[in-house]
Amino acid sequence: MSERVLLRGNDAIGEAAIRAGCDCYFGYPITPQNELTAYMARHMPELGRIFIQAESEIAAINMVYGASAAGARAMTSSSGPGISLKQEGISFLVGAELPALIVNICRGGPGLGNIAPSQADYFQACKGGGHGDYRMVVYAPATVQEAADLTVKAFDVADRYRNPVLLLGDAILGQMMEPVEIRPYAPNRPEKPWAVGGKRQGRAPNLINSLSLEEGVVEEWNWKFKAKFDAMRREEGMVEKVNTEDADLILVAYGTTSRICRAVMKRARAQGLKVGLVRPVTVWPFPYAVLRETARKTREFLVVEMSLGQMIEDVKLSVLDHAAIHFHGRPGGGIPTEGDILEIIEHVLVRRRTGTVTTRGSVIDWTIS
Amino acid sequence: MNHRCMFAGFGGQGILSMGSLLASSGMMAGLHTTFYPAYGIAMRGGNANCTVIVSDDEVASPVVSHPDLMVVMNETSFDFFQSWTAPGGWMFVNSSMTEKPVERNDVRPVYVQATRIATEVGDSRMANMAMLGAVIKVTGILPFDTVLTAMVKTCPAKILHLLEKNKQVFANGYAAL
Amino acid sequence: MEMKIVAERTKLWADKPSPYCPGCGHGIVHRIVCELLEEMGLADNCVFMAPVGCSILAYTFLNVDVCQPAHGRTPAAATGIKRYRPDTFVVSYQGDGDLAAIGTAEIVHAASRGENITTVFVNNAIYGMTGGQMAPTTLPGQKATTCPDGRDVKAGMGYPIRVCELLRSLGGVAYLARTTVHDAAGAIQTKRAMRKAFETQVRGEGFSLVEVLSPCPVNWGMGSLEALRFVGENMTAYYPPGEFKVSGAEV
Repeated sequence: MSERVLLRGNDAIGEAAIRAGCDCYFGYPITPQNELTAYMARHMPELGRIFIQAESEIAAINMVYGASAAGARAMTSSSGPGISLKQEGISFLVGAELPALIVNICRGGPGLGNIAPSQADYFQACKGGGHGDYRMVVYAPATVQEAADLTVKAFDVADRYRNPVLLLGDAILGQMMEPVEIRPYAPNRPEKPWAVGGKRQGRAPNLINSLSLEEGVVEEWNWKFKAKFDAMRREEGMVEKVNTEDADLILVAYGTTSRICRAVMKRARAQGLKVGLVRPVTVWPFPYAVLRETARKTREFLVVEMSLGQMIEDVKLSVLDHAAIHFHGRPGGGIPTEGDILEIIEHVLVRRRTGTVTTRGSVIDWTIS
Repeated sequence: MNHRCMFAGFGGQGILSMGSLLASSGMMAGLHTTFYPAYGIAMRGGNANCTVIVSDDEVASPVVSHPDLMVVMNETSFDFFQSWTAPGGWMFVNSSMTEKPVERNDVRPVYVQATRIATEVGDSRMANMAMLGAVIKVTGILPFDTVLTAMVKTCPAKILHLLEKNKQVFANGYAAL
Repeated sequence: MEMKIVAERTKLWADKPSPYCPGCGHGIVHRIVCELLEEMGLADNCVFMAPVGCSILAYTFLNVDVCQPAHGRTPAAATGIKRYRPDTFVVSYQGDGDLAAIGTAEIVHAASRGENITTVFVNNAIYGMTGGQMAPTTLPGQKATTCPDGRDVKAGMGYPIRVCELLRSLGGVAYLARTTVHDAAGAIQTKRAMRKAFETQVRGEGFSLVEVLSPCPVNWGMGSLEALRFVGENMTAYYPPGEFKVSGAEV
C-alpha cells in the first residue's frame, strides 16, 4: 500500500530506512537532523528493532560497526560536525568491509558554523573524510521523494559491496516537507556468512577487523577494495541530464542547489537562452563521462554549489580544457538565488562577460576557471 | 500559479500546523507544494514561522525570503516581517493581537480578527484556522472544500475531539471576509 | 595403563605461538577467559571483542568469533553486537589506554546503560603495543617513555584513574571486581571473579567488569619476577583488589 503523504525529509529518510529493513539505528542530537533521530526513537522500538541514543557521534558509528559486524542493517545520521567525528568509524567500516548507511544532513561550517543548509561537506563525503585509501557511494537527493528512495537503495548497495554508503543532504532537504510516496519494499537482504555472533554450530570462527601486521596483507586488501570501488564506478553512478542536447550553457548542481538551477533553466529557456542541467545523483561515483560528453557540444558550464567550490574540481576533471567553467557559490549557509544565477547566465551568454558584477547593491561574484 | 507564503507568530498559535495544512491541501489538490519551518535555534525565544509554496510547477527552493502572501499572527511578527512582504503581495494581520496598521502602501493589507473569531467558537488557540479560512477566501489559492478535507484527513488523533470546532472556526474565518 | 588427564590446554587457544612478550599477564587472562567459555558452554556463541592494544592480536590464535573495533570504542561496538544478537555472549577485552583514556566515554556509558556484556579490563599501567607510554593508570612516580622521570601528578600528568571506583556508582553496573594475576592465588581469584561476571551476563543482569592487575615487564623495564612483585606490592596498594558490586548491589 502506498499513498502520497506530506513528509519532512528527515522523517521520510527514517520511514524509508525502516521499510528497507534497518535493524539498528544509533544517533546523537545535532541540528538539523534531529527529527530523524526522534523518528527512529519512536518507531524502531515499536517494531522490536534497536534504537540507542549514543553518548557521542563516535560511539554511534561504533555501535553501527558492532551491529553491522553481527549482520544487522545498521545506520546512523548526523550533520557536519558530527559527521567529522564519525570519520574514523567510516574508515574502519570500509577496512573491515562492513555495510552501513550514514546520513549527513549538512549545515554551515567550518567549526560549529550554523544550522543553515550547506554543501560544504562534499570533499569530506567524496574524497575520503577518514584516513586511508577508500571510496563509498554518496547519494545526493534533491527531493524528499528521492531521499526516501535512495535511502532504501543505499541499504541494498551497502550490503552488495560490504561497504558503507553515505546519503548527503542539507538542512533544506532534512527540514522541508514535500509530498512523498513511501512505497512498500521487500528488502533484498543477502546472507551474511561472514558475520560474528549467534550460535556458530560448527562453522569456523569469523573475524571482523581491519588490521594485519603481516607483510603485504593490507596491500592485498586494498587491491581487493579497489576492485569493489571499480565495480561501484561501473554500476552505481546516477546522473540526470536535462536539455543538454542543444545547450549553450550547462548548469551543474546537485541536491537542493539543483532544484534552484532547474527553475533557472526554465526561466532562461523562456527567455530564449539555451540552458541545460546536469545533476549528479551520486556525487561519488561522479558522472565524469557524462560531463565529458556534453562538453563536446557545449562550451560554457556554470557550476553552482552551496560552498566556495568543491564539486567544481570534479567538473574540471571531466571537462578539462574543452569548455569554460564558471562557478557561483554561497558558503556558510547562504542559498544561491534564481535571480543571481540567471544574471550570471545572461552575462555569460548574452553580454559575453566574465568576472564579477555588482547589481542591486550586492556583489554577484562568479569565477571562471 | 506559484504562491509563496509565510506564516509567523508565537509558538503555540499553531503557526506550523496552519502552514502544513495549507501544504497538505495543495498536495491533495494535485499541486506541487513544499513546507519549510524555522527550526533549531531559530525557534528559541517563543517565535515560530514557516514558509509554504503551492505551485502548478516543480518547486525550486522551499526557502522564501519575500513572500507574496504574508500572515502575521502577533505584533512581534508584524513588526519583524512587515518589510519582508513582496511588493504587491498580501499581508494578513491578526488584528486581535495588534492594532498597528500596515505602513507600506505597496502591499495589500487584510485585517482579520482571528483570535476573536476563534474565541467565539471555543478557543483562542484555533485562531490559526480562522486566519486560514480568511486567507483561502481572499486569495482563492485553494477551494474551501479541499482545505476542509485535508483538515479532516491530517487531524492528529490526540486533537480529534477538537476537529469539529476547528472546522467551524475555519468556516467562520472564511465567512468573515 | 591409561593415563588420567588432569590438565590440558584450552581448545579455544589454537596451537599457535603466543604473540605476547615473556612475563606478560595477557596470556594468563586469555587462558582464564578461554577456560571459562569452555567450562560454561559459551564458546559456541561468543564474540571476543579485541581492543586496540597488545591484545588486538587475540584474533591470531583464539578459536572464537572476534570483532576488533577502533581504539577505545570497544564497548560501543560490543553494544551494537549484543543489542542486535542478544543470544551472543560478548567478552569485551580492553587495556588501560583503550578503556580509561581514549575510550572513557564509551565505557562509562556502556556501563551506565547496563549493557549486558562482560568487560575484561587488563590494567598493566602502561601502553604496551605502542612501546611503553604513560597510561591513565600509570602509578605516581612510575617511569614511561612519555614521563621519563616518572609520573609527576603535581606537574599536570594527572592522577591514576581507579576504574572500578569510578564505575561503582553507575546504576547499570551489575558486577564489578578487581583482581590480580601476579601469583597463583590471584589467578584463581581472577577466574572466580570472571566466572561471576560471566554468570551475570548469562543471567541478563547487566554490565559486568573485572579489572585485572597485570605485569608488563618489557615496557616497565623489569625482569619477570620483579614485575610480578611490582603488581603484588605497588599496584595493589594503589588499586586494592576485591569485589565492588555483586548483582547490582555495592559490596
